Amino acid sequence: MTEAIDADGLIKRFGRATALNGLDLRVRTGEVHGFLGPNGAGKTTTIRVLLGLMRPDGGAATLLGGDPWRDATALHRRLAYVPGDVTLWPTLSGGEVIDLLGRLRGGIDVKRRDALLERFELDPRKKGRAYSKGNRQKVALVAALSSDVEMLILDEPTSGLDPLMEEVFREVIREEKQRGDRTVLLSSHILSEVEALCDRVTIIREGRAVETGTLDEMRHLTRTSIRAELAGPPNGLGSLTGVHNLSVDGDRVTFEVETDALDQALRALVQVGVRNLVSRPPTLEELFLRQYQKASV
Amino acid sequence: MTGTARLIRLILRRDRFIMPIWVFVLGILPAAYVTTIEGLFSTDAERLDYALISRTNAGFVALYGQLRGDSVAEMAIWRAGFVPVMLGVAVALTVIRHTRADEEAGRTELIGAGVVGRRAPLAAALITTMAACLVLGVIATLGLVGQGLPVAGSLWSGVELTVSGWAFTGFAAIAAQLTGSARGARSIAVLAVGLAYVLRLGGDLSAMSDGPLSWLSWVSPIGWVQHIYPYGAADWWPAELTVVFAAAATAAGVVLLGHRDLGAGLFPGRPGPATAARSLRTPLALAWRLHRGLLIGWAAAFAALGLVFGAVGQSVADLGSDTAMGDIFARMGGSEVMVNSYFASIAGMVGILAACYAVQATLRMRDEETAGHAEMILTAAATRRGWAAGHLFFSLLGPAVLLLVEGLVSGAAYGAITGDNVLGDVLAGAVTQLPAVWTLAGVAALLTGLLPRWSALAWGAVSICLLVLLVGTTLQLDQWLLDISPFTHVPHLPVGDLSWTPLVALTVVAAALVATALVTLRRRDIPA
Repeated sequence: MTEAIDADGLIKRFGRATALNGLDLRVRTGEVHGFLGPNGAGKTTTIRVLLGLMRPDGGAATLLGGDPWRDATALHRRLAYVPGDVTLWPTLSGGEVIDLLGRLRGGIDVKRRDALLERFELDPRKKGRAYSKGNRQKVALVAALSSDVEMLILDEPTSGLDPLMEEVFREVIREEKQRGDRTVLLSSHILSEVEALCDRVTIIREGRAVETGTLDEMRHLTRTSIRAELAGPPNGLGSLTGVHNLSVDGDRVTFEVETDALDQALRALVQVGVRNLVSRPPTLEELFLRQYQKASV
Repeated sequence: MTGTARLIRLILRRDRFIMPIWVFVLGILPAAYVTTIEGLFSTDAERLDYALISRTNAGFVALYGQLRGDSVAEMAIWRAGFVPVMLGVAVALTVIRHTRADEEAGRTELIGAGVVGRRAPLAAALITTMAACLVLGVIATLGLVGQGLPVAGSLWSGVELTVSGWAFTGFAAIAAQLTGSARGARSIAVLAVGLAYVLRLGGDLSAMSDGPLSWLSWVSPIGWVQHIYPYGAADWWPAELTVVFAAAATAAGVVLLGHRDLGAGLFPGRPGPATAARSLRTPLALAWRLHRGLLIGWAAAFAALGLVFGAVGQSVADLGSDTAMGDIFARMGGSEVMVNSYFASIAGMVGILAACYAVQATLRMRDEETAGHAEMILTAAATRRGWAAGHLFFSLLGPAVLLLVEGLVSGAAYGAITGDNVLGDVLAGAVTQLPAVWTLAGVAALLTGLLPRWSALAWGAVSICLLVLLVGTTLQLDQWLLDISPFTHVPHLPVGDLSWTPLVALTVVAAALVATALVTLRRRDIPA
């Protein structure tokens, strides 16, 4: 499988502040890749480097096989970008912006555009200054999604969208995924969105990738939550290595267990006798929080 | 009105650098002119001679207004005749900045949700700005008294400046209500200052020869305050008229505020087309959409200017044939020379105005960058050069359109009234300013490419050129100081001869600036 994005040790400084501090990012062709991090972690700066808007102070990046800085214009014909904070020209209507951006990229699929306008319930006749934040976001989304391009780069695309529209966005991205040939880089701090859409995820913190892989792979590295009702008091569960946050309330226990210790922990439960058991894989939230707690200690 | 006091403190805090600067600089200018006038003439006779010439020189009357006396005090105040214009622009920008601009950015909403009355933001902006005008008047008075001038006249001089500031503060209160965008409000307010100036100018020039258009001075706040004549007649009623206007305009602004929603203007926005026209497919086509309103507005203003300048040119011609003034004009070269020198000084002023447009159009590029629009275009497969070229197309060719329009209209208007065909000469005078205008556009472009955060310094370059034009010859500045302004180098047609060397040289300088700008723009981060 070829790589659509291959960034290696990107460094970007703004004066004394370091925005990217040796960031690695690999996105495979055809996958939806989640790019996670809190505000200020360097997501937007990374994207701007990948788009050839900013030149890194160190490291190298390849985008669709080209150099993002040198081949910027040629590469941009093959991708569409939705910025995190969409601002529209106050005197242009939404429809005009969609058509202009599409034409600059080399053409627009009119049928697809009209279908998207309908699905996102967007009125294209309003002038830029009359749109709300969510509607500005929709204009940029429709413009990006109605172009026939190999790659979509979406920087927090659902900020400002209401839950119904968020669902429409997810459906559209799922459809894109089924086509199989479109690569999507989805930057977000909304974890449920990433969890619902992404094949692989990169988590960044302070300008560095701290974790990357499929959700399953990441879960493997973390803990499963278990809640069980037992036949008697638990026995020796607390002394097992890999079991954390154990709380016992009569016959009921809740705890978290590392993947490697799961087998041992279940045996311990079975020895006492299990009446009821709920096991839940870690959510992305938990992965994320753990990643950040680990770092802040 | 609740919360006004706190908002005033906020305005003072946000403007703590810029407001003291314009208040002090504009306030001290009249006193500075006293020093200038005193230093310029070693004997009273020289000064009287100069006063006589100044009173009859159309270019001077156009720039500063009518001179009625020949004392040092009267000449200094006359020379400061441009201060109300600069003050008008300063207060207009201040009021819009703290009303419509905040509203557009959503800050008013944030404040409005707190314990703050609906009218408080406007009231705070107006009170602060008007208080600043008052302080400015006090500074002017103290400065003039400090120069040893009569107290009463100095007091009236302070009043002149203060009430002129109030008039435009009041008008800005109206302008801030009219459109949804700060840019639109600023254009309306600054255009009103320009209109007041041009009306004053037209009326004063016409009055020189008792022409039929002298009433124009009386529909302009700048005309009113200049009729106070602090050290001469010291008429109080033009000041009173100005105060009444300021109060009425302020009241109108407050009433208009009550008739609209937050964020809305009185001119409602209309829906646009659902799809783009076939032609909207290149950065240049987008630039046309973004620049056309500005260019059309400026072209209309230049046509109006041309009409006024051409029409009052007749007064200058009449003056030359006035027998009572015979020997002075014979010394100055007779009627034809006077008309020519009038059109030459008009051309210089029009050149600076065209440079204002050129800088505004060039800096639009930077606005597009900070607003995030450039990012959208550049990631949609537009090249940086193509994007910049779209904007530079207007900053370079726009001024050509403006100067052509002004030259054609003023030459034709003058010809229609007097029957003399000077169209070619007048047009040449206007169009030869172009290389100097391009140089300033080049400076703005280079700043945008090289020092984007400091790109507004281009306005400083324009201000220096304006200062050189306004005070350069009076202050008898060294030639190298005058040479800083590209406008010093263009041939002053139709007075002098057409020499190509400076025109070509300036064009080359402008081309080099623009080329460097394109290279630096290609190499830096966007947004930077």
